[in-house]
Order: sequence, then C-alpha cells, then structure tokens
Amino acid sequence: MPEHKAIRVALVGNPNTGKTSLFNQLTGLNQKVGNYPGITVDKKVGKSQLGKDMIASVIDLPGTYSINPTSIDENIVLQTLLNQDHDDFPDVIVVVADVENIKRNLLLYSQIKDLQIPTVLAINMADQLALKGVEIDLETLKNELKSEVVLVSARKNQGIDDLKKVLIDYKKLNTEPLATISSRIDKLYFEEMDTSISGLSLYKTWLYVTQMQEFPGLDEKEIEIIQKYKQDQQKIKKYQHKETIFRYQQINAILKKTYSVDRSKAKDLRSRLDRVLTHRIFGYLIFALILMMIFQSIFDWANVPMDYIDAFFAELSSKAQQWLPEGKLSDLISEGVIPGIGGIVIFIPQIAILFLFVSILEETGYMSRVVFLMDKIMRRFGMSGKSVVPLISGTACAIPAVMATRNISGWKERLITILVVPFVTCSARLPVYAIIIALIIPDDRVLGIFSLQGMTLLGLYLLGFLMAIVSGFVLHKTLKVEGKSFFLIEMPDYKLPSMKNVFFTVIEKTKAFVFGAGKIILAISIILWFLASNGPAAFDTADKDFQAAYLSDEKSSTSYDEALASYKLENSYIGVMGKSIEPAIRPLGYDWKIGIALIASFAAREVFVGTLATIYSVGNDDEEQSTIKQRMSEEINETTGEKLFNLPVGMSLLIFYAFAMQCVSTLAIVKRETNSWKWPLIQLMGMGLIAYLASFITFSILN
Amino acid sequence: MDTSIANLRVGERGMIQEISLEKIPLSLLEMGCIPGESVELIQRAPLKDPLYIRVNGSHLAIRTETAAQILITKE
Repeated sequence: MPEHKAIRVALVGNPNTGKTSLFNQLTGLNQKVGNYPGITVDKKVGKSQLGKDMIASVIDLPGTYSINPTSIDENIVLQTLLNQDHDDFPDVIVVVADVENIKRNLLLYSQIKDLQIPTVLAINMADQLALKGVEIDLETLKNELKSEVVLVSARKNQGIDDLKKVLIDYKKLNTEPLATISSRIDKLYFEEMDTSISGLSLYKTWLYVTQMQEFPGLDEKEIEIIQKYKQDQQKIKKYQHKETIFRYQQINAILKKTYSVDRSKAKDLRSRLDRVLTHRIFGYLIFALILMMIFQSIFDWANVPMDYIDAFFAELSSKAQQWLPEGKLSDLISEGVIPGIGGIVIFIPQIAILFLFVSILEETGYMSRVVFLMDKIMRRFGMSGKSVVPLISGTACAIPAVMATRNISGWKERLITILVVPFVTCSARLPVYAIIIALIIPDDRVLGIFSLQGMTLLGLYLLGFLMAIVSGFVLHKTLKVEGKSFFLIEMPDYKLPSMKNVFFTVIEKTKAFVFGAGKIILAISIILWFLASNGPAAFDTADKDFQAAYLSDEKSSTSYDEALASYKLENSYIGVMGKSIEPAIRPLGYDWKIGIALIASFAAREVFVGTLATIYSVGNDDEEQSTIKQRMSEEINETTGEKLFNLPVGMSLLIFYAFAMQCVSTLAIVKRETNSWKWPLIQLMGMGLIAYLASFITFSILN
Repeated sequence: MDTSIANLRVGERGMIQEISLEKIPLSLLEMGCIPGESVELIQRAPLKDPLYIRVNGSHLAIRTETAAQILITKE
C-alpha cells in the first residue's frame, strides 16, 4: 500500500470519557501498543483512514483531568503537547468529553486550546443526551469555544465520519486561545513574564514556570528566566488557584448559553446501585463474592485448555525428536525450545480470564467503588484504597501491578504497595503450584463438595494476600519515608462494559505478558538446555565411565539409557551448579535437581516447570510421550528410595515459591518505578529470607 | 454557620467558601471543587471514611481529613 500523507492526531481526555472506545473505533485492529521511550507507560498508536487519500496516525494519550500533571502518566500528555520537537507532537488534537461531565472536561479543553494547536472537541456518548435530559446548542457552543465541536457516540459508531471530516480540514481550525489569563489575574506579573521570553506564548511560559519537572527544547537563557520565576512558589500556587477559578467562570458562562440539563429526566441508576454496592454489609459481601467468582472461573475454565496445552507440547516434543534428524540442533529444539515455549503458552488461558474480569470491573465503574470501600481498611496497612487494584492485578502479574500503583499519590502508600505486591500469587506461580499440588495432594473431596486440591490452591492465594497485608503493616510501622498522602478519585457513572474494549484490553495485556515474559523464559530454557547437555571433563567421558559402573551394579532396576541420562545430567554444568548449592537447600528438603530449577527460576518462577521439563527430558528417549507431571511423580529420592516429591518436600516448595522474589522483570520494574536499586534489593533480600525461613519451618514440621 | 464538608450528613448540601492550595492540591480544584460551588455529601464509606461527594457536576471521593479543610456554609 502506498503511504499517503499521514497526519498526527492526539486523543486527549479525562478518564472514563470513552476515549479508548473512540480510539478503537478510529483505528480498529490497526493499533500498536508500545512504551514511551524511557518509561513503561503504555503508548497506543493506530492508523486511521480519514478520507480517500489521507491517513492519520492516532495516538491515545493517557487519561488526565488537566495538563498540570500529578502523575507520570499525566506528565506524558504535557510533555507531548508542549514540545514541538517531540516525535508525537500532533498536527491536531481531539479533546474527548462526555455528555455528563462536560463542565470538568471543558476545563481540560480550555487548557489544551490555549496551547494554540488545532483542536477539536468531541462530545462522546451523544446517544445518551435524551436519557440524561441534556440539551446542547451546538452552533453557539462552537462560536463560544472558537472551535469545531462534534457529537459522537463511539460505542454506537455514530458521528465518527463527521469527526474524520473535521480532522481532514484540520488546517482550517481556529487556534486562538480561549482564556487570556494574563489580564484577569495579575496583569503586570504576566506582562513581564510574556516579554521576558519572546519565542514562547505566555501560556506556555506559564506552564514551564508552574511545573516541577525539566523540559527539553529550552535554551539556557530561557531556563534561567523560568528558574527565576519558580522562586516564588506561593505566588505560583495562588495564581494557579485563580487561573482555575477563572477558567471555570468562563466555562460556566459558556455553558449557561449552550447547555441545559433536566435532572429529573436523568435516571437514578447510579444512586440505587451505589446504595447496594457501597452498603456497609452488602458492599463487602458483593466484593468478596465477585473475587471468589473470579478465582473460581480462573481455575474451572482454564483447567481444560491448560491440560490440552500441556499434553500438546509433550507430544510435540517427542514428535520433533522422531521427525528431526538426530543431532545437537534437534535436541535443542525438542528439549530446550519446545518445552520452553510450552511453559509460557500454558498460562495464556489463566491470564486472559483474569484480565477479562479486571477490565470488565474497570469498564463498569465498579472498581472505583471498591477503592471507596477499601480505603480505610487499606490505610491501616500503610496502603490506600487505590492499592486494591494493583493487588488484584498482581494475581495476573506483578509487572502491570507495580505500574498500576502510579495513581497512588502518597509516596509512602505507593512504595509500600510496590514492595508487597510480589507476595500476591501471580500467574507465574500457578504452573508451579498446579504441578506440585497434583503430585502431593490427593484428588479427594472434603464434605463431598470442595476439592482438596482446589482448597490447597485457594489456601496459597490467601497466604499470598495475607503476607502482602502483614508486610504492609510492618512496613507502615517501620518505614520512615516522607511523603504527603492525598486521596482523590472520581466515582464514574455505571456503564455496561463495551465488549470491544474488553476484548482489546485482554488481547493487548496477554500479548504484552507472553512476549515480555516469553523472551526471558525462552532464553533461559535454551541456556539451561546447553548447561544440561554439556559439562566439564567428566561429562565427556560419561558414556565410557558409566558403562563400567552400570554393568558392575546388578541390582539396578532402571533401564540403561535412563540411568545413563541421569548420570550425564549429574555431571553436566548445571548438575555441578545444582550440587554446589545442595548444602544450602538440603534443610528445606530439596535435592540438586530441584536446586537447578531453583537457580533458574530466580529469573522467573514459571521457569521452574520448564526447567524440570528440560532436566527430565534431556536424554529421555522414551518412545511414548509423557507429560512433565508423570516424569516428576516417577522421580525417586536417591538417599531414601522414596518418591522425591512427597508431602514435606512439596509443601516446602510451595511455601518457598509463595514468598521468594523470583522475578527479574519485577525487580527491573521496581527499580524503574522507585528510581533506585535500594528498594528492589531490599525486596529481593527480604522476600528471600522470609521464603527460606518459612520453607525450613514447613519442612521441619512435616518431616 | 461555617463548617466543613467533613461535618455534613449524608444528603446535606453546602456552599464552598474557601479553599487554600496550601492544604489542598490543585487537582481537587480542577475537578470542580472551587469556592462558590454547591457541594452535596452523597455517601460515607462503610467505615465512615472516605466521603463520596458531588460538586460542580463531578462525583468524587475524598478522605475526611481533606474534607475537613474545605470550609462551607450549610444550605
């Protein structure tokens, strides 16, 4: 396809205005998610066909209430729009507002308009005008705002073509500022500011003065002048206060002429639902039920595809062994790559289901009610109501969970949430749990209903949450961290979730997880395979040495090939590594093979199963395909002659995986989010120590 | 009589008198919480805190400690 002229369109708007729906509607499946350079905030860009020969590259900027940022996400909006040299600096901005909160949305609009970039106002959810009892005089509104205004309904696909038409003619859009702050607040102060930097508009200079951060694109002299103005913080605050009030006055005057709402027509769904969902008893009950339902479905629904995936990769691996010509490369594929990929693919079902529920809860507006319900409780543990969302997301993966702490404004509350989130049982632990539980817990039912295995798993989840809460409390009491906490959330109206949005979110997040974690897991699988199929001098002569030893030992019951394989593994590089840490892990009940898996899974927990798969499949010439589970259950403890994975060892491993910080990616994200190595290191040491002690106690009691 | 949002009962309204940026961040003003606007306490969380208020068309939740900083006259 020949590349037509692509203009850059930026979508800006408050959270909950349907900005993402509009983005999905404009771009369809032509969207890409990446990260902003240097920061791991989602950057969504998509192509949209505006007209016959005009394409737009649409960027969905993070939701924000104003361009005075209070978080990293919001900061991106300002950084993108203020700097003309920015890669994403738009040719035209679409400010998305919704019918119900138009006043507050216009505050953002008024700030954006003053940046003097061509701007369109898109009023979303226009299909609900009548339902909400709202009337808008569109023509007058256009005049008053000195701008194009388009009514759209992103969910119903209405008005999108009108918006596209306006965007095609973006050069005709008026770029006059809306508010002239200088004349209304302190004329002398602003006039002086305006003349002190000639190349910039007054509003831009004022923004530079008011913001804490540094901006690229200014020369030294300009920075010096801005620094001078920054000295008087009290004055700045006072004038920001006045500016906001002035903007609202202006907006109120405009809305008076153009907008009317008949509240009696508005349906009172919100207050009726709120009465139940934030009720002092039912509120918590419903939340607990929803959580239970989520976990129940994760295990019920995901089990079937997971078993299939497991069996599929086991078969694929053995088929690959038969089909490919014998040699190092085919060994690498069948014993390293395929089990490695299988280890990632297996938990796609669970991650997808979890993200499905989380995004539905967010879309409906229910999540804000949870934040509201939980704030007081969470504060006792040094966190905020907003910490509930990261803690729930943590059941999928700690990485997005750590990033979701960004809207917690108090530094101490945010830090504690970041530090305790990895205790929450993430999906990476699931394969480990699933396989060990299947090995050590009988498939019985308690009272005829509850599956004993399921209860064990539930217990491990509760243990994770409990540990997160308890360590939150300890940190709350011990951490001496400065930082004012401020809590403010919007309680959005209830909405039916848009299946399209939910679908995109699930696909996007699952994809990000699979590719993010996948790379590490695959790389480690290959390294492991290499370390397991090569070794120091003794490894190379293994065939000869072993033959003599095996033949002289008549009692051996295992087949020659199998015994040779395990002898070779023992003498491989990884075997040597596993053996060298054996003294340290023996008190926990582990042998050197588990030690290998433990070493490998410090990079990422899910590697555990893949590692065992690799370890047990290296040199495994079984004609019949066997799953990892079968191989593990057949494993014998060399000293006792009993099954290796018995109850004490299994429980000790479960506890270890519940508490230990075994995820390099999380550590990297924590480093980035806290801006120092101090916190990830504390996390690594602290969690490791807790895991070791807890496993030691568990093993000692059960043994 | 002057009081603060924290002292409202559920369903009661007041008119915002004074807000100082020393005590309350700009973001709250930007959400519509400015002098001269009417504010209604819609609900208190089950454990009495935070508060669910409606002000200037926005539905917000803030903690009692913040609400206590926003002076109002009862309507």
